[in-house]
Amino acid sequence: MSHWSEATRERAHQIISRYPEKRSAVMPLLYLAMAEEGHLTDAGMAEVAEWCEITPAQVLSVASFYTMYKREQTGKYLISCCTSISCMLLGGDDVFHAVEDESGVPHGETDEEGLISVEHVECIGACGGAPAVQVNYELIEGVTPEKGRELVQWLRKAKPEIVNTDEMQQLFGGSRSFDWAIPEDEGAIGPYPAFGPLGTVRSEADS
Amino acid sequence: MTTPLLVTKRMTEHRSDSHTIDRYESTGGYVEAKRALGMTRDDLVEEVKSSGLLGRGGAAFSAGLKWSFLAPARPSYLVVNADESEPGTFKDRQLLERDPHQMVEGIIITAVANEAHHAFIYIRGEYAKPARRVQRALDEAYAKGYLGKGIFGSGYDLEVTVHLGAGAYICGEETALINSLEGLRGEPRLKPPYFPAAKGLYMKPTIVNNVETVSNLPHILAMGPDEYSKISDSADTGTFMMSLSGHVNDPGNYELPHGITWRDLIYDIGGGIRDGKELKTWIPGGASAPWFVPDQHIDLEITKEATAGAGSMLGSGAVIVMDEDTCMVRAAERIVRFFSHESCGQCTPCREGTTWMEMILRRIEVGQGREVDLDLLVDVSDGISIDLAWPPKMTTICPLGPSAVSPIIALRDYFRDEVQEHVSNRGCWFPGARVSPHPTAVADRPQPVSIGASSERGSGGRPPDATGRSSDQVASHDDRARRSSDAVSTEGDRVEETP
Repeated sequence: MSHWSEATRERAHQIISRYPEKRSAVMPLLYLAMAEEGHLTDAGMAEVAEWCEITPAQVLSVASFYTMYKREQTGKYLISCCTSISCMLLGGDDVFHAVEDESGVPHGETDEEGLISVEHVECIGACGGAPAVQVNYELIEGVTPEKGRELVQWLRKAKPEIVNTDEMQQLFGGSRSFDWAIPEDEGAIGPYPAFGPLGTVRSEADS
Repeated sequence: MTTPLLVTKRMTEHRSDSHTIDRYESTGGYVEAKRALGMTRDDLVEEVKSSGLLGRGGAAFSAGLKWSFLAPARPSYLVVNADESEPGTFKDRQLLERDPHQMVEGIIITAVANEAHHAFIYIRGEYAKPARRVQRALDEAYAKGYLGKGIFGSGYDLEVTVHLGAGAYICGEETALINSLEGLRGEPRLKPPYFPAAKGLYMKPTIVNNVETVSNLPHILAMGPDEYSKISDSADTGTFMMSLSGHVNDPGNYELPHGITWRDLIYDIGGGIRDGKELKTWIPGGASAPWFVPDQHIDLEITKEATAGAGSMLGSGAVIVMDEDTCMVRAAERIVRFFSHESCGQCTPCREGTTWMEMILRRIEVGQGREVDLDLLVDVSDGISIDLAWPPKMTTICPLGPSAVSPIIALRDYFRDEVQEHVSNRGCWFPGARVSPHPTAVADRPQPVSIGASSERGSGGRPPDATGRSSDQVASHDDRARRSSDAVSTEGDRVEETP
């Protein structure tokens, strides 16, 4: 029945084993389903329902509650600009509008190539380094409208396989909420959080 | 102000490797976890109770007392709340990224004290990097036998699972978090009967503690509760992480003693207001907290009591500072928009009220407000939070709705003239006047691929509804739909410019 890859099925087993009850694995399995197809499909949600031994309607009730589960085609790079209070105070709206303008993609939409989606989001916990932007949930702090435009150009040109927070902070960031100390190698490979099987490690060749 | 650093000491002194298990152990780490394994539940609860440690997630409830409420049924569970989403707050992110083992040791202590053998760390989905750091720390601890079967060679088993959220602020509310962890929508449960300590995760006794709360535990055990309670020269004990943001010269996280004043925080620690501007107002404890103003509150002590006495709260320790050039209507709109977007929709006063408040604020900002609008805002607020009292008299299951009322209290009490001038002036005159990007309550998800669709949205609007609707008229689906096009239309020109 399953249309998931062998590796994904193996990971689903591991995830379910981390919970006392199968239903608790709905949220992580929804991320797995997104990683398989780039966004959540009816088939993906039906698969999650089978794994968790609940109905597809119950899975949909969860998937539709949370903003990070995208049920429509999302670009390879999801640019999320924070426009909550602290970022707004320091020009977050201008960064968001610059990103919209440079990409030609308005809030909540995706470009024709399926490369870039743009959204403005509520607080992402980077208020001390406002304004903040995330690409596939990898953070950049202290972004200016100009740097926001450069970020869009860079994503279009470089098309990085792996989106890495330290690299982007270096290229497009400014002041930070706190000292990040040492850089890390991991990054995201799609519009979902790079955690567990969903991220990967940058090799030297990528950087 | 010479307070010892506790939870940020290691990351300050060992910048490059404070997150590794080697550094953690070489600086005294995991000693207290081992010691806790030899202590009884009663001893541990008593020790934490007498330290005076208050929960650092926002409610500031005695951590030891919370533990003492744990019902006798077993199994019991521990959930660490790392769903930090309160606008202005970013302290847990630093603790998770820079010193995850400190939290893991706190988890072991808390689990032992509450006889839990399975702990969950609920990290918000947008915190991908903190989640990776925490998972790596857990892997290191498992590899050394500090987690898993028979931890530290004892007979005690402890499993820890990292659970990622998916972008819902409401999951920071402990019963919503538990629902989310059970694989349900993150809707808060009614208390009573669903107090987590009695009927929590899987209807079993459950302790939900914040990251910073748990991270304090190794220090309390190491120095002893007496020493810990002497750190601050105030009724509140220990240190307190404050996240400072907005128009200050030096934003950031600061670990501070209780009992300094707001003047100390904003002018000394925060370096004063940017560009030599005047301070206009600040939010003392995250977006949920009622605002403070300089002429009344600047010399108040930063303690739970003093803040509550002035009608606000320290909440999550997030201080958002606004200078003289900040439009109060826009700031209020932005905070109300947050709560409107994050309302789970269960309770009518919150779901409908926050939506209406957002609409009314937006029309005032763009110059379509009416003389009665401030009173209308207060009236709608009264429907969510009776008398706009603080602490709120609840009409809803959880405090999210009443939190949205906080900016309205500020507009009513301190900035009435500014609101009325927006009405008589037909709009905002502050620098950078512009309305919020599209309303989020109705547009939180990418639409199907179609760039051309934007021009349709841009041209479909009419002016924000300024007819005399009263607060008891409930917004219908049509209202919601219209609201979507209305708000977009206010910046329709710009939207249409995009290709």
